[in-house]
Amino acid sequence: MRHPTRPSGGPGYLDGVRAAAPIGIAAFAFGLSFGVLARSAGMGRLAPVVMSLTTFAGSAQFAAASILAAGGGVAAAVAAAVLLNLRYGPMGLSAASTLEGPWWRRALAAQLVVDESWAIAQRDGRIDRHLLVGAGLLLAVGWVGGTAVGALAGDLVADPASLGLDAAFPALFLALLAGQIKGRSRLLAAIGGALIALALMPVAGPGVPIIAASLACLVGARRS
Amino acid sequence: MTAVWVTVAAVGLATMAIKAAGTLLVGDRTLPPRAQGALEHLAPALLAALVVSQALGGSGGGFAVDARLAGLAAAAVALVFRAPLLLVVTVAAATAALVRALA
Repeated sequence: MRHPTRPSGGPGYLDGVRAAAPIGIAAFAFGLSFGVLARSAGMGRLAPVVMSLTTFAGSAQFAAASILAAGGGVAAAVAAAVLLNLRYGPMGLSAASTLEGPWWRRALAAQLVVDESWAIAQRDGRIDRHLLVGAGLLLAVGWVGGTAVGALAGDLVADPASLGLDAAFPALFLALLAGQIKGRSRLLAAIGGALIALALMPVAGPGVPIIAASLACLVGARRS
Repeated sequence: MTAVWVTVAAVGLATMAIKAAGTLLVGDRTLPPRAQGALEHLAPALLAALVVSQALGGSGGGFAVDARLAGLAAAAVALVFRAPLLLVVTVAAATAALVRALA
């Protein structure tokens, strides 16, 4: 479904940039620590930056770099990263109807889907393309820029965890979740998603709980 | 060094394909109402799972309870008082940093 004429009051790209700014700082700090970790894992200076640019998904990159550093091998590193990124399948599908233009432009815009940009771009059960692109671009600049600084210059700031920046991500998702709970069926989807994740976290590998939790969206398939 | 580049290329190509699959398969077709209804519930389901995994997830899987949970609790309080997003995120980070500094 396309939106040839947007309501004039709709959000623009800059609104997405603005909305992502608070979490952009955390993305830069974690990009920095990924650059440092990846270089100490023997990935060199260029490969971490190329990875941040092409993969652009924090948890998968950390997982792949740690497995390589521990001598786990290429297959294990790739498998873990792909498993962690499977959630971008359903996320990309939910963004599909709002992306515009020829296939290569839509495929390019879809690369800007990460947890944070996708969460920020939610509007009334749909994705807003302008918010997604604006937020995604800011996060990409922070993440890739942070990786480059970390891989080239090493550790400039303290461990992001000592600044509490790892707590910024669950807080962001909680704040965006609070705005999502409108009506019984969405509350049910949220409770279902949380319970599935909680149940699988102790037994399944990283990535599996999140992708399984996306099945809770099926409560919305009953009607409408 | 070759292993690194093979990993970077494989993970990059796979991730780009996963992210682009939705829009390339669906295009601008309108989904059936039931599928659309399910997708409209993806955000609450995945956001709740992300809150749980980001606040409680251990580095190698499983659970890890640490200062992130205090940060999340502070964020919840800020949300009850209808604080803006920037303040919610800042309060969470500051609380977690404070707990770690005191511990």
